[in-house]
Amino acid sequence: MDNFINLMNGFSVAMQPMYLLYALGGVFIGTAIGVLPGIGPAMTIALLMPITYSLEPTAAIIVFAGIYYGGMYGGSTTSILLNTPGESASIVTALEGNKMAKAGRGAAALATAALGSFVAGTLATVLLSFLAPFVAEFAIQIGPVEYVALMLVAFLTVGALLGASVLRGLASLALGLFIALIGVDALTGQQRYTFGNPFLADGIDVVLVAVGLFAVGEAMYVASRLRHGPVKVIPVTGGWTTWMKKDDWKRSWKPWLRGTFIGFPIGTIPAGGADVATFLSYAAERRLANGANKKQFGKGAIEGVAGPESANNAAAAGVLVPLLTLGIPTTATAAMMLVAFQRYQIQPGPLLFETQGALVWTLIASLYVGNLMLLILNLPLVGIWVKILQIPRPYLYAGILVFAGLGAFSLNFTPVDVGILLVVGVLGFFMRRYGYPIAPMVVGLILGPIFENQLRRSLAISQGDPTALIASPIAATVYVSLIVIFALSYWMKRRQRVMESERVSEDDAVDERMAR
Amino acid sequence: MKQGSMTRRTGLIVTAAASVLLLAGCSTPAATSGNSNEAAAGIDKLNIIVPADPGGGWDQTGRAIEKDLQANDLVTSASVVNVGGAGGTNGLAAMKTEKDINTLMVMGYVMVGAVETNNSANRIEDTTPIARLTDEPLVVVVPTDSPYDTIGDLLDDIGETGQAVSITGGSAGGADHILAGMMLKEQGISADKLNYIPYSGGGESLAALLGNKVNAGISGVGEYAEQVKAGKLRALAVSGSDAAPQLPDTETLTDQGIDVVLTNWRGVVAPGSIDAAQAEILTTLMEDLHATDTWQTTLTDNNWADAFMIGNEFADFLTEDIATVKVTLKDIGLL
Repeated sequence: MDNFINLMNGFSVAMQPMYLLYALGGVFIGTAIGVLPGIGPAMTIALLMPITYSLEPTAAIIVFAGIYYGGMYGGSTTSILLNTPGESASIVTALEGNKMAKAGRGAAALATAALGSFVAGTLATVLLSFLAPFVAEFAIQIGPVEYVALMLVAFLTVGALLGASVLRGLASLALGLFIALIGVDALTGQQRYTFGNPFLADGIDVVLVAVGLFAVGEAMYVASRLRHGPVKVIPVTGGWTTWMKKDDWKRSWKPWLRGTFIGFPIGTIPAGGADVATFLSYAAERRLANGANKKQFGKGAIEGVAGPESANNAAAAGVLVPLLTLGIPTTATAAMMLVAFQRYQIQPGPLLFETQGALVWTLIASLYVGNLMLLILNLPLVGIWVKILQIPRPYLYAGILVFAGLGAFSLNFTPVDVGILLVVGVLGFFMRRYGYPIAPMVVGLILGPIFENQLRRSLAISQGDPTALIASPIAATVYVSLIVIFALSYWMKRRQRVMESERVSEDDAVDERMAR
Repeated sequence: MKQGSMTRRTGLIVTAAASVLLLAGCSTPAATSGNSNEAAAGIDKLNIIVPADPGGGWDQTGRAIEKDLQANDLVTSASVVNVGGAGGTNGLAAMKTEKDINTLMVMGYVMVGAVETNNSANRIEDTTPIARLTDEPLVVVVPTDSPYDTIGDLLDDIGETGQAVSITGGSAGGADHILAGMMLKEQGISADKLNYIPYSGGGESLAALLGNKVNAGISGVGEYAEQVKAGKLRALAVSGSDAAPQLPDTETLTDQGIDVVLTNWRGVVAPGSIDAAQAEILTTLMEDLHATDTWQTTLTDNNWADAFMIGNEFADFLTEDIATVKVTLKDIGLL
């Protein structure tokens, strides 16, 4: 119960009007930067740090926490409405979210994203408050070998994203894996596919590729179609009561919870981060959906927005677990927060809760406050944001292109990135034109390097002995459960076929029973 | 018609974009805190290139220089430009074409290695060395339940069992990797016995150490000190010429009979095209900065050790460092 009392003390500080204002400022900035591709929370905290030197530590850390959570909220808006993900953690949201927006259900997508983020953010903060030390001890057991197992799970779930033609899906995945190879090899320091160009040495940013494929590619595709008759105007729903229908609530709440419990643990493991969590959540939702809902995947299923958006916010809270309890930053933003802490002579690590208890609990309390503020700030905006879609197509897509170009430039402030964006955009156009799915490419780009580096690290540590990969109990458990799941789903599919032939009409009922 | 409302909506997007631009603009605050037109060294506007993205050590150094120069009216105004990527060699490329003689670029030990591993066409030798400002020693650690009690134990075991002993640290070819190579060489152990597991940063390598995935780790003292104090890691040696303030009880490598000194230093260089007089002006500027109280406070606040060095002394130091790094990188098979 000590933690509870400490947390209440934290609230008593965080709820002071002055700190509430700082929190509001933080979440507002966070939301704004989440919207623009390129400028992420890490860079913003870096740029704001000199300005916040004049603030006392508590205020500064409340502002940073606000930016951190806010960035996770903001990314979804442009993903859904403009197909332009602001952060790598919002790429998956664009898959279903943008389809929903095009079908006139943008408000529902935005609302489920905001509510899911709130639910997941709050639940994950509760987990952070009470479980942090235990979770952290477990999380550091996830080393290279365990990571290889986890990545294997992630790659297998990618099957859900391959689309109608498996061959084309795999081609797209391979292209993503190839782009991931460009740059300096992390294990040997040698350059690969850079052609001696120093601007390629750090590789191609995944946000750049996602924005190029999704936004630029699509703008070109739409432009190429415009002369084929008038374009349909997207209907936009009226008052807020129409945003989420009863059915939407029913279909959203489970993905919110599942997203939370997928996102939080992934966030806590070293090098976890939010993007992997969003993929896993999406794949889980797609697999668990049944009947008519399953058919909607790829055409705008609300579960595909609710799950990943919850997962990325839960992961954001998870990332704070190793940061606060062990001093281990697992994402770029966490690394920046670590620098910010150190600047105030606060060293996150095993002793932090003892030496700086009051401050840490104030930080955690401010996360609860920030989450609530984000909901209050974002929900009313849904009605305003969706109206963007009513802008006539030529203007809208011109705006998207400017926005995407600006975001690409602000990644490193070099025109080279804008050039890469356009090349990827052209590639995206042709992929669309010839029916190649683009999601697997982004997946390959994100998961490929993690898988490669962790596999090579595992083998380097074991001196090339492959049995080390299954010698770890955690990894072995993962592999065994994978085999069991596959065997089970194969068996269920066979039984389902038998049953379906018997009782076609009771399709759904059977599905539900099977799920149990 | 709908035209009016549409303009308003487009306006919304523009406003959103503009506010983000404003944020981005924060990176180069043009505002000056002093109002004197007559700056001490006669420099109106100093241009500081940081060859890395915002947030890292070089960026913090660059911004600290900017802030303290302005706070003491040593220059009328200063601005920081980030030219990140490729271990700082993109910044070197920018320096080559830099026309403004009032330009300083932050750099350091990491860049020395990056020039070699990236086989960069632009080299540090092409610039004019101005000053070394700060440094940080590295520390060699092991998990607390490790059998190694001294650095000698660790190196002896590597000598005997070779790659069965894994050492983790920052990116391949970085300072941590180079220190591992230098220690082995000093002990007469062949470099192919080194099994170095690079991570992108101290944080990830820390996780691998705490989870007992690797046998030892090397990183900046600041990255591991807290874990050592908490008893989760054991420090075997620090790489400076004296003990580190954060870990006063840990002996240096030289104390333990291993003749290796390596610190992750940071300093500034100017474009290669400037003449001796301009180099003198910039050197004086750094001397003046070093003499201010604000700079001394900055050093303490950031846990940076004062490693001030200018003129020929710095130039010679740099030449020697480049030569050592080249040899070590060859030994560990990266060149």
